Amino acid sequence: MNLLDAVLFLPLAGFLLLLFVPREREEAIRRTALVVSLVAFVASLALLVRFNRAEAGFQFVANLPWIAQPAIRFYTGIDGVSLWLVLLTTLLTPIGVLISWRSIDRRVKEFFALFLLMEFGLVGVFVSLDMFLFYVFWEVSLVPMYFLIGVWGHERRIYAAVKFFLYTMAGSVLMLAALIYLYNRTGTLDYSVLLQMRANGRLVFDRVEEVVLFLGFFIAFAIKVPLFPLHTWLPDAHVEAPTAGSVMLASVMLKMGCYGLVRFCLPLFPGASRDLAPSIAILAIIGILYGALVALVQPNMKKLVAYTSVSHLGFVVLGIFTFTELGMNGAVYQMLNHGVSTGALFVLVGYLYERRHSLEISDYGGVATVAPNLSAIFLITALASMGLPLLNNFVGEYLVLQGAAQASFRWAVCAAIGVIFAACYMLWLYQRVFFGETRPEVAAHMPDLGRREWAAILPLVVLMVWMGTLTQSFLPPITKSSAAILDTTKVGVSFDVHRHPLADPRPPGSGLAGRQEVARAR
Amino acid sequence: MPANFVPTAAEYFRVLPEILLVVVATLIMVLEPLTSKPSKRALGWTALAGLVAALIPAVLGELAPGTAFSGMVMIDGFAVFFRVLVIAAAIVVVLMSGSYLRREEAEGGEYYALLLYSVAGQCIMAAAGELIVVFIGLEISSISSYVLAGYLRRAKLGNEAAAKYFLLGSFATAFLLYGIALIYGATGTTSLQGIRNVLAHPHSASSAMLVGAAAALMFVGLAFKVSAAPFQIWAPDVYQGAPAPVSAFLAAGPKVAAFAVLIRVYMTAFSTVGASWTGIVAASALLTMLVGNFAALVQSNVKRMLGYSSIAHAGYVMVAVAAHSVTGTAAAMFYLAAYVFMNAGAFAVVAQFSRAGEQFVEIDDFAGLGWRQPGTAALFSIFLLSLIGVPLTAGFFGKFYIFKAALDANLVWLTVIGLLTSAVAAYYYLRLLVVMYMKEPGDALQDLPPLSAGTRTALWISAAFTLVLGIFPSLVLNYAIAYAHLGK
Repeated sequence: MNLLDAVLFLPLAGFLLLLFVPREREEAIRRTALVVSLVAFVASLALLVRFNRAEAGFQFVANLPWIAQPAIRFYTGIDGVSLWLVLLTTLLTPIGVLISWRSIDRRVKEFFALFLLMEFGLVGVFVSLDMFLFYVFWEVSLVPMYFLIGVWGHERRIYAAVKFFLYTMAGSVLMLAALIYLYNRTGTLDYSVLLQMRANGRLVFDRVEEVVLFLGFFIAFAIKVPLFPLHTWLPDAHVEAPTAGSVMLASVMLKMGCYGLVRFCLPLFPGASRDLAPSIAILAIIGILYGALVALVQPNMKKLVAYTSVSHLGFVVLGIFTFTELGMNGAVYQMLNHGVSTGALFVLVGYLYERRHSLEISDYGGVATVAPNLSAIFLITALASMGLPLLNNFVGEYLVLQGAAQASFRWAVCAAIGVIFAACYMLWLYQRVFFGETRPEVAAHMPDLGRREWAAILPLVVLMVWMGTLTQSFLPPITKSSAAILDTTKVGVSFDVHRHPLADPRPPGSGLAGRQEVARAR
Repeated sequence: MPANFVPTAAEYFRVLPEILLVVVATLIMVLEPLTSKPSKRALGWTALAGLVAALIPAVLGELAPGTAFSGMVMIDGFAVFFRVLVIAAAIVVVLMSGSYLRREEAEGGEYYALLLYSVAGQCIMAAAGELIVVFIGLEISSISSYVLAGYLRRAKLGNEAAAKYFLLGSFATAFLLYGIALIYGATGTTSLQGIRNVLAHPHSASSAMLVGAAAALMFVGLAFKVSAAPFQIWAPDVYQGAPAPVSAFLAAGPKVAAFAVLIRVYMTAFSTVGASWTGIVAASALLTMLVGNFAALVQSNVKRMLGYSSIAHAGYVMVAVAAHSVTGTAAAMFYLAAYVFMNAGAFAVVAQFSRAGEQFVEIDDFAGLGWRQPGTAALFSIFLLSLIGVPLTAGFFGKFYIFKAALDANLVWLTVIGLLTSAVAAYYYLRLLVVMYMKEPGDALQDLPPLSAGTRTALWISAAFTLVLGIFPSLVLNYAIAYAHLGK
């Protein structure tokens, strides 16, 4: 068993372990969950250290037979994209455990057991290289989240949980149909073999076939991303979920959809991806603008943050479907950024909720006077989320916009408006919650950050700054792998020769000048 | 005609499970008047011992494949598979019956005897090499189960269930018999292999009408037994009205055996003309999935909901039958194995929970079970997740393989709609999960008795199979694939 599988199976072992801890010993349960998730995190850091950054292919590969007939293998491995997503998951799980320490006070055992089971599913999604295995983990991660929302959520939790489950299920069965079809065509669901067959021409789809298969996968992923107009489950799920659930949902679970697009949709169905890219990009841009505008008018903080996710993930999808190296890098980087900064936003909103027991913005005001540390941290996070330079989101959004400009300048212009809106909703939120007169009911319930709260939020804040300044620590593996993925999408696609960026006089910020800036930024 | 009419020892061995079942059942009938009321429990143990004893030669049957009694009985891997399955299902049912019957003060020998006779009938159906034997097996199995459905004499719904089951069941059996008569008229034989040989020759084209009519009539008879639409009307009423362990049994044994016959008849006797039936079987499969899943959405009674759900699952198996291929047969075999355990497990929870007179069988009654009896609820959740088709449970892999077979056979629309209805199905299973874990405990949880040892064993066996088949499907699937080549 290699290190990667150790990271994968540790949470499962933790889950099984927790089943045997007596339910009265709540403190022991919390500690066990924390220790297990921390060990998994440390193990994944070792993964990072031993990861060979010069290589674009899969590393830490395990390939064992699982089911003989149909031929399905336990095939796992990571490349530069999934490496970071695994780390994101293993980082956020202990944070999720920390922020649930006091806020989850009933059915403690079940909560932490399910939380670890969910980590198992999420890590599994990112490391699976057999598509059947991928589907298995995809669904396995769904069940714990359903219970987390439904049992420990707020008032309308049951509605939100069932909606979440059914939406995802409807998407996944289509993916399952496409998966089975693919298997029947090729006799394998092994990702590398499929890519090889695609590359050497042994697997060729006719046009309709490819588009239908592409859509089978795409709809499942788009629901999870969520891409406009399939996003309606998201605000409900986010608002009703307990804080840790929201964090995992926003930071990791939404990335499953983006990751699926990058890993499977593009390389396996490059023709259909390229054909449909303009329509998808437009949906993404609508999502960016619509999400931001709806966020602007939300009276509920969690709902506001939820809609910002719709907006931010629009950038990710846009970046992916520009089919440019910069756009792809930006999309992957933006996945991580969103994981860190939106995760932090949910953590902070959770802190506010624990104090004031309300999510309505109008119930707050003047928090900055009574809780200066909390306010400062919130400010950094809000600034990161709106894309201020030197903080993480700026890099991702910049790269995506740059890539979009290379693909179509109009896309870049429209999407850039979303960045302006982001500043509007974030600053306005900040102003209403933290500034103004401190009402007595706010002052009475607003202690500043405690030790455990610091421990949970600090890593995220450090990462925001780190990812915003020293991009070089993170980008090279992503660049390697996304270039490899982009290469696979060129199979069977005729050269696109209409315009070369160098020969194209464009406004500043694009073309050669833009490229040099990016080079410097790295 | 074979020259030797005296069966050999090997031939007796091939029907040893049936012999054991019938002997033990008769023994229980004899012992019944001799046992005092407190010691009736021993009869349950006798039945269990009989089933386990029958399971051994049923499993070993694989070592001595072949025919018995001039081709009347055909022991091949397929027959072994289904005989083991129906016996195993009966073991689970017997385990959960004891505490239920004691609670209803209805423990008696005839319950176990009828159950064993019924299982014997199902074994005969699974191993039948010709149509008359199919009919005999079906009658033994059915008549016992009609009585079982009305076993609690004083229960009104139980009486209704028994009457309905009996009337409609007899009607369906008549269809089957009529079909057998017609095919005998068309081909001059009732042996499955014989029919296949006759139909394989083009000179029988003159009787195509007759063969078609025969096949259609037999399909109606068997579709009724497996509760495939449009012959499913009886199922919800019967599953709701019958005592819960009997519902578990009816949803397992008779259905599985009828599927075994359906598959064997269509894959051997009618294999040469069967391909032209794909459309009809596919239409029935589609309708079954739609009716089962959509009707289950609006049920508030758990037994009735599970009744509709078992219709829906019959629909999935019909999809595999419609594929009319070796893969399809293997998929149907695997799915039935998965279905038997997850469904029996779910019914076992309901049987345990309903209490005297089955007062608590509404979905809302399960509110809060997850926190009052976490173990029971966790096992119930495993069964429900498997019925939904969540990966790492048997139900998921079964569905995967069925729809793989369907796509192999180019049944694209059937696959897409089937999978979508299975997403719809998630809703009604989720309702149970919702009330168990997300609602506060209600009156139904007052003085909830702990699980009896028998029910607990039944639940653990079912859960173990549900998970093992989900995580290591090869254990069963390899066997199914190896023996799905019927008559090929």
